[in-house]
Amino acid sequence: MQVFGDYQDQLTSGTEYLVLCFSPSARPLKERWRNNGLSAGFMADYMATFFTGDSRGIKSAVNFIANELLENAMKYYDYTTDIPITISLYLLSDRLVFRTTNAINKAQVQGYQELIQTLLNRDPEELYFQQLEHNFAQPDLPQSGLGFLTMMNDYQATLGWRFMPLLLQPHQVEVSTMVQLPSGSL
Amino acid sequence: MNAISALVTEEYQILPDPVTGVVTLSGSLRLAGSAEYAPIGEVLEATVAAHPEQITIDLRGLEFLNSSGINMLSKFVLNRRQSPETAVVILGSAGIPWQGRSLKNLQRLLPSLSLRIE
Repeated sequence: MQVFGDYQDQLTSGTEYLVLCFSPSARPLKERWRNNGLSAGFMADYMATFFTGDSRGIKSAVNFIANELLENAMKYYDYTTDIPITISLYLLSDRLVFRTTNAINKAQVQGYQELIQTLLNRDPEELYFQQLEHNFAQPDLPQSGLGFLTMMNDYQATLGWRFMPLLLQPHQVEVSTMVQLPSGSL
Repeated sequence: MNAISALVTEEYQILPDPVTGVVTLSGSLRLAGSAEYAPIGEVLEATVAAHPEQITIDLRGLEFLNSSGINMLSKFVLNRRQSPETAVVILGSAGIPWQGRSLKNLQRLLPSLSLRIE
């Protein structure tokens, strides 16, 4: 098992939480893409019920972060497995915690961990603008690489990851991604 | 002047007006990656080509934009560095929280950009 950044295995018990599970192999990615938006929107509306007053900030942040996490989980999932993708959202006294789990192919692990080290060790603002210039210079890149950087930069979120080997699936690794959003930033 | 086609789906509307140079984006944009955003980028570029003095991107009805969409808008803004004669105005809404968080980054890409969050 390998852990990067701020990843917590045990979240305080007794908190409100919501977990959604997806069986990703059932339909092609393009058809399921719209479901990411529906799921993220539902999580946002659900969490907003625990807040009094103007909940637009909470809804907007949950919607954005859950959507980005689901997009990542669906894009990088190893579809040769039947392990479900999950997304969980925990409401703690001082923060919201998102966690996705998905299986990726072992061949992707090293590149992903290098990206994570960059995200954790560099200034996110500098990286954000560097990534935009990089995307501008190479317009054919299919992905923007901006999701995590936007969460860090614009939402003051902290990130963590856990990589777990899967005993029965030697070619895949389970990645859990944790995004923590301090209440003060909402 | 050739008409520039609007892009209208159940989820979002992209309405260009080449006469005034205003492009109105509304709804929710959650497209998958650069390729799916390319047609929207093309509408913005075509509107600038038709109205090179000023382009106004009206986002006041855009409730949601994913990071791939932020990338598309940023690319458009970075492109304007090549044509400093075009004034770029971005209209946002204070009632849509992602706009207050993320649109300021566009201004850093193009300091002459006018960002108005109403």
